[in-house]
Amino acid sequence: MIAFIIRRLLQSVAVMLVVGLIAFSLFRYVGNPVDNLVGQDTTLEERIALKEGLGLNDPFFVQFGRFVVNATQGDFGFSYRHRRPVEYLIAERMPATLELSAVAALMALLIGIPMGVYTGLRRDGVLSKVFMALSLIGVSLPTFLIGILLILLFGVVLRWLPTFGRGEVVDIGWWSTGLLTTSGIKALLMPAFTLALFQMTLIMRLVRSEMLEVLRTDYIKFARARGLSNRAINFGHALKNTLVPVITITGLQLGSIIAFAIITESVFQWPGMGLLFIQAISEVDIPVMAAYLCMIAFFFVVINLIVDLLYYAVDPRLRVDVGSRGGLG
Amino acid sequence: MQFRKILLAAVATTALAFVPGADAKTFRYAFQGDAQSLDPHGLNETFTLGFLSTVYETLTAYDGDMNLVPQLATSWEVTSPTVWRFNLRKGVKFHDGGDLTADDVIFTWKRTLTEGSDQKVRGGLISDVRKVDEHTVDIETATPTPTLARELTNIYIMDKEWAEKNDAVEAASPKTAGRENAYASQNENGTGPFTVAEREPDVKTIFKRFDKHWGNLKTNVTEVIFTPISQDATRVAALISGELDLVYPVPVQDWDRINSAPGAKALAGPEARTIFLGMDQWRDELLYSSVKGKNPFKDARVRAAFAHAIDLDAIKAKVMRGASTPSGLMLAPQIAGYSKDLNNPYAYDPDKSKKLLAEAGYGDGFSLTLDCPNNRYVNDEKICQAAAGMLAKVGIKVDVFAQPKSKYFAKVSTQNDNDTSMYLLGWTPGSMDVSNVLDNLIVCMDKEANKGQFNYGRYCNEKITPIANQVREETDPAKRQALVDSAFKILQDDVGYLPLHQQPLSWGVRDGVTVAQRADNVLDIRSVVLP
Repeated sequence: MIAFIIRRLLQSVAVMLVVGLIAFSLFRYVGNPVDNLVGQDTTLEERIALKEGLGLNDPFFVQFGRFVVNATQGDFGFSYRHRRPVEYLIAERMPATLELSAVAALMALLIGIPMGVYTGLRRDGVLSKVFMALSLIGVSLPTFLIGILLILLFGVVLRWLPTFGRGEVVDIGWWSTGLLTTSGIKALLMPAFTLALFQMTLIMRLVRSEMLEVLRTDYIKFARARGLSNRAINFGHALKNTLVPVITITGLQLGSIIAFAIITESVFQWPGMGLLFIQAISEVDIPVMAAYLCMIAFFFVVINLIVDLLYYAVDPRLRVDVGSRGGLG
Repeated sequence: MQFRKILLAAVATTALAFVPGADAKTFRYAFQGDAQSLDPHGLNETFTLGFLSTVYETLTAYDGDMNLVPQLATSWEVTSPTVWRFNLRKGVKFHDGGDLTADDVIFTWKRTLTEGSDQKVRGGLISDVRKVDEHTVDIETATPTPTLARELTNIYIMDKEWAEKNDAVEAASPKTAGRENAYASQNENGTGPFTVAEREPDVKTIFKRFDKHWGNLKTNVTEVIFTPISQDATRVAALISGELDLVYPVPVQDWDRINSAPGAKALAGPEARTIFLGMDQWRDELLYSSVKGKNPFKDARVRAAFAHAIDLDAIKAKVMRGASTPSGLMLAPQIAGYSKDLNNPYAYDPDKSKKLLAEAGYGDGFSLTLDCPNNRYVNDEKICQAAAGMLAKVGIKVDVFAQPKSKYFAKVSTQNDNDTSMYLLGWTPGSMDVSNVLDNLIVCMDKEANKGQFNYGRYCNEKITPIANQVREETDPAKRQALVDSAFKILQDDVGYLPLHQQPLSWGVRDGVTVAQRADNVLDIRSVVLP
């Protein structure tokens, strides 16, 4: 078990190196950061000197090597634009993104699973048909459009919710949270729902099809024959057996939620890491882009690891497997 | 545990206590990006400088109509062609309580010359600053510089004692970022009407009224909350929903929507930025064209044919919603040196254009690529597409290659050897003076002398360079204007550039808020009056 975790963490280092390598090979095409760092009256000579000073004229492998060596020492360099260490910037922005992602993931689960169960059990109900139709919209509409539509409805027309930002935040140590103030929670609702919608419909459809599958199996028929209550059958036996794929998908989707928060964050001007990344792209802030991409790669690896570990908790067969096969994942 | 809310409330109460009898008036506004740094010499960029004018001040400044007015200097005179005497305002306090003296002016000049400064070019115009007494300085320039008072509108005066105390005597550059001199990029000590109470870069900045400010200002704002909002749609929605008092820029396509919304209106005005097309006139063969072995743009008839093929009024009507000012000059009316008599756009005449092309030997037309930014100027990409459509009518097939500004400038800039055959660019001279336009866009490129850096097509007429040199130093207004006119006459006869228009300023404001909309697109909080 421990060997398995260690091996997965070592793999994550390889994944991050590859992501970093690909990222650095692309940075040559994003533009010249110097144009954003000086004004129009700055001389050509100074521009050339600045580019040289930032190490941007070095060969690609030298730049990448320097990044890796510094990163292993915990130094991700300085943001060109903010002129501050990148790790500080990311640490400042991380709470906003993680809060948004966590709330979105919870929303997706807490709404998606019951909807899935319901539509699975009452396949022909009117409400089920409505849910299914709505879920099609959730899957097919692009995130930014949903965000803009929500802003128009709840921000501009009804004026119930703020159209941008995070509201008032409270600092707890280095963590800033918007969950403790009314304005913070109001500001969170629309972005979290926007981010959750796709996952919500995905989970709902997944749970529904798994439920339909499981309800046809022999052990459910047997349970009914035993005279168990519907409630016990549906939730105790059927739902539990649909959860393995749900956990896989939710876990993998959590990574996507964090990564794709970029779009939601930029629509709602949510001050998280995704917005930092988008701004870094438009201003060619290479150190921020590099650190963000490597960090997202790391998140994905860690989340996959947690998902694998959760399998053991949910599916007893895997636990036996692990014992006999010596911890292969 | 630190409760920001409580802290804010505490700050608000103290601010109120400082301004007795005044109602708390909070002004909320948004721009598409944030200032890069609080260091007043760190970046010479319009928004950053305008943002900092809330907390810092300069010797000379512009009012809402772009007239040069005194700010920290009460008056100035030219005592010899190269020496200017500035009388400093007395009783001016920095935010930490220090007094403004001649030493601060001298210190500021020296700071603009430090390595991290992006104002080295302006600082370099000055050869010495001498203290005459506590409130008088003599500024000596290396050569006669009639534009000095205008250039100084960009040099914010810093407090010598504060900078020395906080290790901020050198400007913070991206190279030395964070390692040293970072204090001034995150803290301020200006003389302006507001202080920075709280700042999270890219998230929010809160300014509070500075009660010991020297001026008797028009504004009734006691607190300013600035939020950058990058998405156009979100910015407009935030205005219409009533959460913000002013947002800029807003897309010109959204004017109707804003005006039809209750409580908000679009505020449009002429900007001093001239949009134009440039052509590669130096390579022997164009990089991106079907013409091989020669460069058609070296022939003035071809350039004239392009000029006569583009219908500026149609661009104004169809692309700019009637809000641009078609221009025949590379100068906006707000720029010193502008001449109304010379502002004659090339007439729209496709037949003449075809005839000129045939005379030049391109009767069958040719194709080329037009480089264009898509997030830098008002409807930049659409302008390029419109121009391409018009040129197609005279047989020129234009492929528009539109990219975000970072990629666009990386491609066409002089640092990348002007990798373009034709391009769209916009220009507002930082000094609001014609000399800047001549030196950057029109004289022959000379990298050593730092001339013509933005002359991406490298238009070159040797007759203009000596005229530009004289304009830079000529102090007699009438003689200077004659020189300027002669230079622009040569440029127009050569068809060195294809000026299109001055673009509109496009802001959105809440009803009842009045504000001076400056032609350089700077929002000066001093002019904001809330209902």
